[in-house]
Parts: sequence; structure tokens; C-alpha cells
Amino acid sequence: MSYWFRNDNRLPQVRLAAASYVIVGIITLLLLGFWKLQVIDSDKYGVMAERNRVRSIPIIAPRGRMLDRDGRVLVDNYPSFSVLLLRDDEAAVSKNLPAIADGLGLSLDDLKEQLVNTEALPKFQPIVIKPEATPADVAFIESHRADIPLLEMLMVHRRRYLPGGFMAHASGYVGEVSEQQIEASNGKFRPGDFAGKTGLERQYNDLLVGTDGMRRVIVNSVGKEMGRLEQQEAIPGKQIQLTIDYDLQQVAEAGLGDKKGAVVALNPQTGEVLAFASHPAPDPNDFAIRVSKEEWQRLNADPAHPLLDRVTQAQLAPGSVFKIIMATAMLESKVPPENFTAFCPGYGVFYGQMHKCWVYGKSSHGAVDLHSAIVRSCDVFFYNVGMRMGIDRIAKYAKMLGLGSKSGIDLPSEESGLVPSEEWVQRVYHHKWYPGSTISVSIGQGSVMVTPLQVAYVIGGIASDGDYKQPHLLKDAPSVGQKHVELSENTVEQVTQGMYGVVNEAGGTGQSVKLQGIEFCGKSGTAQMMSYAAASRLGLGKGKNDGWFVGFAPRRNPEIVVAAVVEDTSEHGGTTSGPVVRDIVKAYYDKKNKKTQGQVTAENHPPQLQKNTASLVSEAPKVVLKPQETAAVVSSNEKRKARPE
Amino acid sequence: MKEAPGTRDYDWWLLAIVAAICTLGVIEIYSATHGSVLVGMHTRQIRWIIIGTVLMFIFSRLDYHVILDQAPILYIVGILALTAVLLFGHRRFGAQRWIPILGEFFQVSELVKLIIIIVLARFFAEVRTDELSLQDLIKAGLLVGVPLVLILKQPDLGTALVLMPMLIVGAFLAGLQWKHAVAIVLIGLLMLPVGWHFLKPYQKERVTSFLHPEEDAKGSGYQVLQSKIAVGSGGFWGKGFGNGTQNQLGYIPVRYSDFIMSAWAEEQGFKGVLLALGLYMALLLRLVQNAQRAKDRAGMFLVMGVTAALGFHVLVNVAMVIGAMPVTGIPLPLMSYGGSATLFVFLAIGLVMNVRLRRFVN
Repeated sequence: MSYWFRNDNRLPQVRLAAASYVIVGIITLLLLGFWKLQVIDSDKYGVMAERNRVRSIPIIAPRGRMLDRDGRVLVDNYPSFSVLLLRDDEAAVSKNLPAIADGLGLSLDDLKEQLVNTEALPKFQPIVIKPEATPADVAFIESHRADIPLLEMLMVHRRRYLPGGFMAHASGYVGEVSEQQIEASNGKFRPGDFAGKTGLERQYNDLLVGTDGMRRVIVNSVGKEMGRLEQQEAIPGKQIQLTIDYDLQQVAEAGLGDKKGAVVALNPQTGEVLAFASHPAPDPNDFAIRVSKEEWQRLNADPAHPLLDRVTQAQLAPGSVFKIIMATAMLESKVPPENFTAFCPGYGVFYGQMHKCWVYGKSSHGAVDLHSAIVRSCDVFFYNVGMRMGIDRIAKYAKMLGLGSKSGIDLPSEESGLVPSEEWVQRVYHHKWYPGSTISVSIGQGSVMVTPLQVAYVIGGIASDGDYKQPHLLKDAPSVGQKHVELSENTVEQVTQGMYGVVNEAGGTGQSVKLQGIEFCGKSGTAQMMSYAAASRLGLGKGKNDGWFVGFAPRRNPEIVVAAVVEDTSEHGGTTSGPVVRDIVKAYYDKKNKKTQGQVTAENHPPQLQKNTASLVSEAPKVVLKPQETAAVVSSNEKRKARPE
Repeated sequence: MKEAPGTRDYDWWLLAIVAAICTLGVIEIYSATHGSVLVGMHTRQIRWIIIGTVLMFIFSRLDYHVILDQAPILYIVGILALTAVLLFGHRRFGAQRWIPILGEFFQVSELVKLIIIIVLARFFAEVRTDELSLQDLIKAGLLVGVPLVLILKQPDLGTALVLMPMLIVGAFLAGLQWKHAVAIVLIGLLMLPVGWHFLKPYQKERVTSFLHPEEDAKGSGYQVLQSKIAVGSGGFWGKGFGNGTQNQLGYIPVRYSDFIMSAWAEEQGFKGVLLALGLYMALLLRLVQNAQRAKDRAGMFLVMGVTAALGFHVLVNVAMVIGAMPVTGIPLPLMSYGGSATLFVFLAIGLVMNVRLRRFVN
């Protein structure tokens, strides 16, 4: 082998120099690449690195509690865990979805549907896939942190309401915000957030919700928590005190029992709502987590309408309760004059048609004046009064006294009822008013419709010399709306005397609910839902009625007025609703007497809750309501307009 | 013939650059592993550097002409060793690349890189003309082709690719004709689809995810994305030693080895990158200078073979870190953790020293 190459020194200097330039060129290109990443796009990658490193988990602020007027807890919270799904990495989500569904016992299809529904939301926002985590779910999440780094647990505060739908329509309930609400909220709501859907929960949502905090943790590449950053504490929602008296509320709930109906108790001197019940009522605890589609459909399809708040939304014919309006109108307008009397043979014929008195077939009232017409609830007397007044005068006084418009209670969906008039018939039915219809309206039948709240409000207003106070549920309401209707002393005296007689005089229709030692006044009403004839055709016997009773005490300047209605009853209003009203008034006075006699009550002693009422939550926020925020009570009408629903 | 060269003839500048790069590597390996289960890796790297330095000095004493004389035997040994790896080698991380020696696992292909540098230098040195003939080009191609196929079989695409620049640079310096160069490029382009067919699935995936990174968020596309996030978030000044979140929290894949430049860039910023790439440029230019001053063609080819191999490593590795090239698994010379790779670089530098020491010897 020749080793001649040992001395071959022809070196390709030009090509070696070229190699040097290639090296310089390559290094320069690489540096340009780094310059692009580290100087030009540095901020973008800085954000991405931060998003990698930091996982933000909201700290849910507890909602403010609701207390009764004596400080007893009506609605509070309990801690619970929700399972969050982090959706930043779509590929990992779709890959792990079956395992997640399996591990948490969820339906894969439901999960997929939920992901589709939340597609429009920013990817960095986690979604709640299981609102109530079981210990097994927690174990699953913890043990799969490394291989399924997509799940996170979130401590939340669930709403706890008193069981059995207690005060459910007043409190309302909270629910998960819908996709539309999230989009419309400008980032205020996140998926899985809760907001008041109905009742006070909705009316005072802005007060009750706190401000969520944020826990920021450092996670490594497999999702393990490596450290914590400073956390933003949650600000709890404000606690609100209601005008509701738990003791009276309990009597109201028990009084209605299984019956379908509503009862509301007001203090007409202040407008405070002391009791507020509507039956049947859903148990809002069932909605506190997540209401299933089937359950929701069932509640909506239920012929008893459990979701309807009958106190403010049931628009029913008032029946004989309307005679108080008629009597007031008659005394104020002097049409017919005060000393007007009518003869009741058990029926009357008006405009060629026979109208029965409620005693028809059993007896007759004979000659009746205004007082005995109220006491004995004579229909024929008021047929005559109505015929003489005419529908427009009836409508004028009914509206003036507060019917046909909202009372302004601080609840989101109050109905205004209906006071028919010639103008109304023309506008809605495009025909002239039939004078015969006036006869039905005179005894609270026909197209006149009222809500139980309106009945309590209007009767309370009349008995308080025409001083009306806006009904409200929020205790700390510094400026309650009020109006004054000019009523003569004689009118108020006559009407209240009549109502006193209903309960306390012989022959009064409310004698059965008389209370010893209390100036208890009232008026019953039995509104026919269909005529006797129609009912007997359908084989419903005596027919279906709405039984009303409105009562107050004492006779002048009453402290409490209670209106109750029981729907679909075959009985007389004094029999079905009367005792409900009486029991509440009695409970009110029992409590008041105890207090004045120096006995132990909730008001002069800090509330000690019994086991069967509600429990105190130790970490409950102590927040003083700001007065200006509660001014919302006055302008609740305006506020309602701003709401979409 | 003069007697053996003295210590003054060593390229101390080159050694200083090598030492500086090794220091950066050890610092970053320490930063990337000190808080994890891999703690202590930097001391093992220091051990490899010391062993490498000793081997380098020993290797440099042996006249490179003697080594070149043994080229055919080395070539056969290399081929046999690669075959042995395929037959009896140790499987780790899904590839058969390792054989155990003295309780450590060595990648035979690293040694084969060195052998191919020597064999190619011997081959090109024997070319008598100023222009490289087609026959010689094909012969050189075959010399590289056999071990290349064997390394691809392991599979180790990265190391196999390193053989190509050795061949190309050697052929270029041996007088490659432009028409041949054009022809090779054209044939290469035509062969691409065939070559694609022979790639392993994971290799194909790396290439596709390089071309379409958004379609592969968790695979190698994820690795490159995380690497780019690390580099980019480092900014100009860097997050500081031990403060790189991408590095410390494990978002950078194999942050102590193949992606060490990513970790370095995150913690030291563009200024640190400037330092590191500046050192690599100085290293490579210093190597070229040594080639220019070589006593003979054979020495020049040896030095440029080393330059081609190291330059290719730097280019492919750093380009991968910034997402400019697909993930190939080629380590960054002297910075990445790894025994075989570090020893290869020191032996290669030893070869360069060998040439330098004998530049005045007749």
C-alpha cells in the first residue's frame, strides 16, 4: 500500500473559505430564528407559557342568606364540590371523554352534547360536568391527575331551602345560568354559575351574589399542582332580612296544606308581607343542583301548576269579596244612595235574565240594606247596586282602590289582574259592553280578575282609611311606596262595620271563624269557575269554586290583613279559606300578646333555632345592607321593565 | 522526522471554546434536573467530560497517518459492530442502539461516525485528480451507504443523517463537479417518495407534524410547540437560572438532552443564545482554520469531516428547538447530556488536535 497521500498538500483553500462562510451563514440564520421568537414574538409566547403554568380555579362566593324578620334563617348554603372539565386541549378532551364519562358515571352522549353546547365559550373557561361530586368521583379525579389532567374540583355553595317547598314561591330558586345568559352578561357569568331564576332569589340577585375569587395554582406538564400564587378571596353575597314572620309563615303553610291555593298576610300600616304561601309548591332544593329535563317537564305539565306563584300570579274571579269594592264605590259615589235597600226573594231578574242569589232554593234574604247585604253577602242587593252604578263607575272605583294594576311587590313577575270596562271590551273583543255583564261583575264574577295579593292590599288599604303601603318582602326598606285614596270616614266606618258583622254578627257568612277578644273582620267569597248548570252537565255535582276569604284585625287601622284562596273546591269560601286566615290572625295576636306580657320571644332574645326549622351556617357572612340599594323596592316597576323575561 | 510535538502545539483556543460550551451544558443540565428525580445528572456529565478530555489527549498523541493506515480495518470493525448491535444490542426507548461496556450503555453508531470520518478522509486523500470523478463519487457513496443502512435499521435516523454531510463536505473539498452536484440533488429529490416509504411510522409522524404542527397537539408537534414557547417566553434577557417555568415544570421535552438549547434559551434569553451560538460558530470556524493549516490533504479531510459532523449536529438540533426542522433526535454537541455523544465529540476533537500537532512535522 502506498502512503503517498502523506505528502499530498494540495489544499482546496477556496472551498475551505466557502465552508467558513457557510458556517457563519448558518449561525446567523439560527440567530435570526431566535430573534424572531425571543424578541419579536416574545410577548405571545410569554402569555402561552403563563397559561401553561398557571391554572385559575374560581373560588365561588357564597350567596347571601335570607332571614326572617326575627333573624331566623330561611335560606342558607351548604358546601359541595363540582367537577370541572378543562377544555384548552381539544384533542385530549375528545380522547379522554369516554374514560371521564365512565369514571364519573355520566352518560357519554350527554357529555358530548354539553361540549357542543358550550362550544361558543372561550376554551380557557372550564365547564361544570358534574355539579355534585361524590367521594368516589373525588377519588377518581385524584388518582387520574397524571393521565387525565383535564378534571378539576371546584368548591361551591349550594342553596339550602327549608324542606317541602316552604315559602318556595317567595324565595324562588337559583339555577345554573343558561348559555344565553352567559353571553349576555359581558363576562359576569361563567358556565356553572348560579343566578336567581324566580322570586326573591331573582329580585335581589345583585344583592345576594357575591364576587367570586380566584385560586391560581402552578401546575407541571402532567397537571400536578406544584405551588400556589396569591389568591383573590371571594367576597360573600349580602344577607337579606325579610319581612316574613317564620311563625306566621308556618301557620300559613300548614293552613293551606294539600289544598291548591294561596295565602298572603300583610301589615297594611307598613306594607310588610308577614306570610306568603302558594300551594302546591315545588321543593326548590330539587333545583339547587341541577334539575333534570324530565323533572322540569313534569313540573310544567302538572295540571296543578306547582311552578305558578298563586299569590302574585293567579288571576281569579274574586267572587263576593268584590262586594267590599262595590260597597265602597256605592258609599263614595252615592249611587245608589247610602240608604238604598233591596228586596231579595232568592233571585233577581235583570235585562230579561234571571240571576240567582247564593241562598236561592234554600231561603231568601228579604229586605236588605248595605250592612246586612255585606254581612249576609246578598247577591241580589249588589246586582241592583251594580245595575245602578254601571260598569264604568264600577271600573273607576275598582281601579282607584288598587285592582287591575300591580301592587308593586318586590317580586319579579306580579300580574295585574283585570278590571273590565266598556273601553276594555271594545279594545279586546271589539263589541259593545253587554249591560247584563255588569250584573255578574257586581258580585265579582264575569271578567273581573284579581290576585290574592291584590285582595289583601286593597282591603288593607280601605280599612286603613285609604292609606296604601306598597307590599314588600325586604325588611330593610327605607322608602316604601305609598298612595292615598280619598275615602270618607263614613265609608270606612260602614264597610269595616259590615266586615266586622260578617264574622261577629248572627247570620254573618264568616261566623265560624270568629275569634275571642280580637276585632276580627272579614269577607268570604265563592267564585264559580263554571255555572251550576254547566257543572251538573259535566257531572261535577255542585260545581268547582274558588273559595276566598279576606280578613283583618283590628277593625280600624288594622295591623294585619290576610287574603286566602283555595281553588277547585266544592265548598264555600268561608269554610275553606276562612280558617286559614283566622289561624294566621290568631297566631299573630298570640305572639303579640306574649311579647307585650314580657314573655320570651324571638324579638327580645337572639334567635335560637329549633331543629325542625333551619340551621345556622357558621361561616355565614355578616353584611349590613346598604340602604340605597334597598330603594329598589320603590322602583321595582321600572326595574322589571329592564328584565328580559 | 522531528520528534513528537510538545504541549505548546495544542490548539488551546479550541480547547477553551470546548470547555466554555461544556460549562454552559453542565449549568443547564443542573438547572433542568436539580429539582427532579433526575437530580445529579450534571455530575455524571462532568465525569463524561473528564473521561472525554483524557481520551482526547491520548487520541491526539497517536499519529493520524497511522490511524488512516488502519482505515480499512476500522471500517470492517465498524460494520461488524453495527451488525452486532442489530443482532445482540440492547433495546432502550424503542430502538436497538446500545451495547453495554463497563456497566454503561454505548451507542455504537457514535463510534461509527468517527470511523466514517477516518475512512472518508483516507478515501478522498487518495483521489489524485483535482476534480472528483463519477466513479470515485459512487465509491464514496457506497462506503457511506452500507453503515447508513445499518444505522437506519436500528432505527436511528438522526445519526444516519449525520453521515450525509460528512460525505457531501468531503466530496465538495475533493473537487466535486457542479454537474454531479446538480445530478445528485435531482436524484435525491426523485428518491424522496421512496425514502418516505422506508421511514418508520414515528419518523413519518415527526415529519408530518413538522409540516402541519396544528394537527398534532400532543405528539412531536406538542414537543416543538412547548420548545418554542420556552424559547419565546425567555425573551431577550431570559427568566434567569432555575426560573424557566417551561423547563422547571417539565413542559420542555427531554430538556436536559436534545432540547437543552430550549431550556437554555428560556432561562438565559437571547443574550444567552447569542453566547452559545457564538461559541459554536467560533468552534466551527476554528476547526476550519485548523483544516486550512493542515500539513496535508488527509489531515484536512479529517478535520473537515469533524467540522461537517459537528456543524450538522448544531444546525439540526438548534433548528429543531426553534421549530425550523423536524424532530430527529440529534443531540447538541457538548451541551446535551449523553455519554456516547460526548465521548464522540471529544474523540473527534482529539483527531483535530492530532492533525494540528503534526502540521510542522515532515
